[in-house]
Amino acid sequence: MIEKLGHATLDFLEEFGRTSQLFLNTIASILSGKTNPRLVIEQMVKIGIDSLPIALTSAAFVGMVFAVQIATEFVRFGASKYVGGVMGIAVARELAPALTGVVIASRVAAAIAAEIGTMKVTEQIDALNALGTNPVRYLVIPRFIACTLMLPILTIFADILCFFGGYVVSVYLIKINAVDYMNSAQQLMKYSDVYGGIFKSLIFGMIISIIACSKGLGTKGGAKGVGEATTSSVVASLMALFVVNYFLSVLLFK
Amino acid sequence: MIKIKDLHKNYNGLVVLNGVSVDIPEGETLAVIGPSGCGKSTLLRLILRLEEPTKGSIEIDGQNIARLSEDGLIKIRRKIGMVFQSAALFDSMSVYENVAFALREQNHFTEAEIKKVVKQKLELVELPGKENVMPSELSGGMQKRVSIARALAFDPRIILYDEPTTGLDPVTSTTIENLINKLSRELKVTSIIVTHQLSTIFRTAHRIIMLDQGRFILGGTVAETKRSDNPIIKKFITAGGET
Ligand SMILES: Nc1ncnc2c1ncn2[C@@H]1O[C@H](COP(=O)(O)OP(=O)(O)OP(=O)(O)O)[C@@H](O)[C@H]1O
Ligand SMILES: [Mg+2]
Repeated sequence: MIEKLGHATLDFLEEFGRTSQLFLNTIASILSGKTNPRLVIEQMVKIGIDSLPIALTSAAFVGMVFAVQIATEFVRFGASKYVGGVMGIAVARELAPALTGVVIASRVAAAIAAEIGTMKVTEQIDALNALGTNPVRYLVIPRFIACTLMLPILTIFADILCFFGGYVVSVYLIKINAVDYMNSAQQLMKYSDVYGGIFKSLIFGMIISIIACSKGLGTKGGAKGVGEATTSSVVASLMALFVVNYFLSVLLFK
Repeated sequence: MIKIKDLHKNYNGLVVLNGVSVDIPEGETLAVIGPSGCGKSTLLRLILRLEEPTKGSIEIDGQNIARLSEDGLIKIRRKIGMVFQSAALFDSMSVYENVAFALREQNHFTEAEIKKVVKQKLELVELPGKENVMPSELSGGMQKRVSIARALAFDPRIILYDEPTTGLDPVTSTTIENLINKLSRELKVTSIIVTHQLSTIFRTAHRIIMLDQGRFILGGTVAETKRSDNPIIKKFITAGGET
């Protein structure tokens, strides 16, 4: 039992070490100017544009359901004036960044790990190396940059949809005064709430892409290995995202 | 050109190479034969440093590849064409993009030049006009030939062939064998061919080495190998390559 736990800890540390090393390696390569803009744009389209429907749909509906819950309660306590402000703070600080992070982690991390993992087990990564192309430069950097840039952009869209999803429900369904909703948002929210949320999403983008690439490159043993790498990339990036989110929130919004 | 010294390779306890040494002079075509699983592919992967040896050294053009920086290693790799046993084509790219890949990455060719090279290399492997096909739409043997075209695209000085003719029909096999001979004769390319296929070995090799239990058994030239009285080589050859 203890031995098993020890092994799991060692595996985790090894994995963590490998991922951190890939991260440093990636940053160093980017700084030394080894980036192919064509590949970055290709990935931005894949990661950003293709994730728009799911990111926006979930943002709008989470905003709506959140408003249903808080607006009804706030009305009951006679605090209906504050719904907009509370909604805005929650959306900007937590809901939009975390939700977008979760959506991207499940959609993009899986896709990246599966693609790179398949390339690994079919010797395509070896072929890249053999042809004198560095896989980190060719595969990891474009995905890393694209994910790190697209997550904040998606989060901005999510901020807007989530907030106005809440507006629609509060104003038209729960009959809260529209002017009050907007005014309280303006009074209670600070710019730092929005910037902080966007900053967090940038970090999430880094975490998700680097974990997915690392899992992909570490894939061993055929189709089963690819399946395992895919699943574990989603699990690992979600766990990392929630833990990091907590600490970032404590730091940013005290 | 390639000097292998006392090379060892273990995979978590499994000894694959147990101290092999060989010098391959420029222009030689060396065939490495041996039963399935004896470590032939591993040997080629070590030469490209896709894998780190447990012990021993490999020198290419006088440089110990274990000591090279990343850029140095890339330079060496760009002198070497590798035909993978599994073909290892990039499945998200067309045949054209596969063959053009190394040229595009090297960044000093125009697209028109690249187009010409791709067309010419595809003709060499008897796949003219297949530029826009995706690898998944090709048969195994055709993929292998695209893989050869991809390895030849940048005119490498050294070519490593992992089972280049396995799975091809006799006529196409002969075309590939003639191609290997032509490259060796006209361009003085240094080649290592790893294969089971005896006909290919006999038609192309200058020298034959057998890999057995992690060690080399020298077979000499084709004629010498055929006459060899080493029981292991004899058995391999009379069994038609499959032991
Ligand atoms: N990544 C690896 N991890 C563990 N063992 C490996 C690995 N790669 C190869 N091996 C083992 O090393 C041995 C040699 O493999 P290799 O692929 O070099 O054989 P081969 O001579 O090319 O065989 P074949 O003729 O079937 O292609 C095999 O026993 C194989 O199981
Ligand atoms: Mg092999």
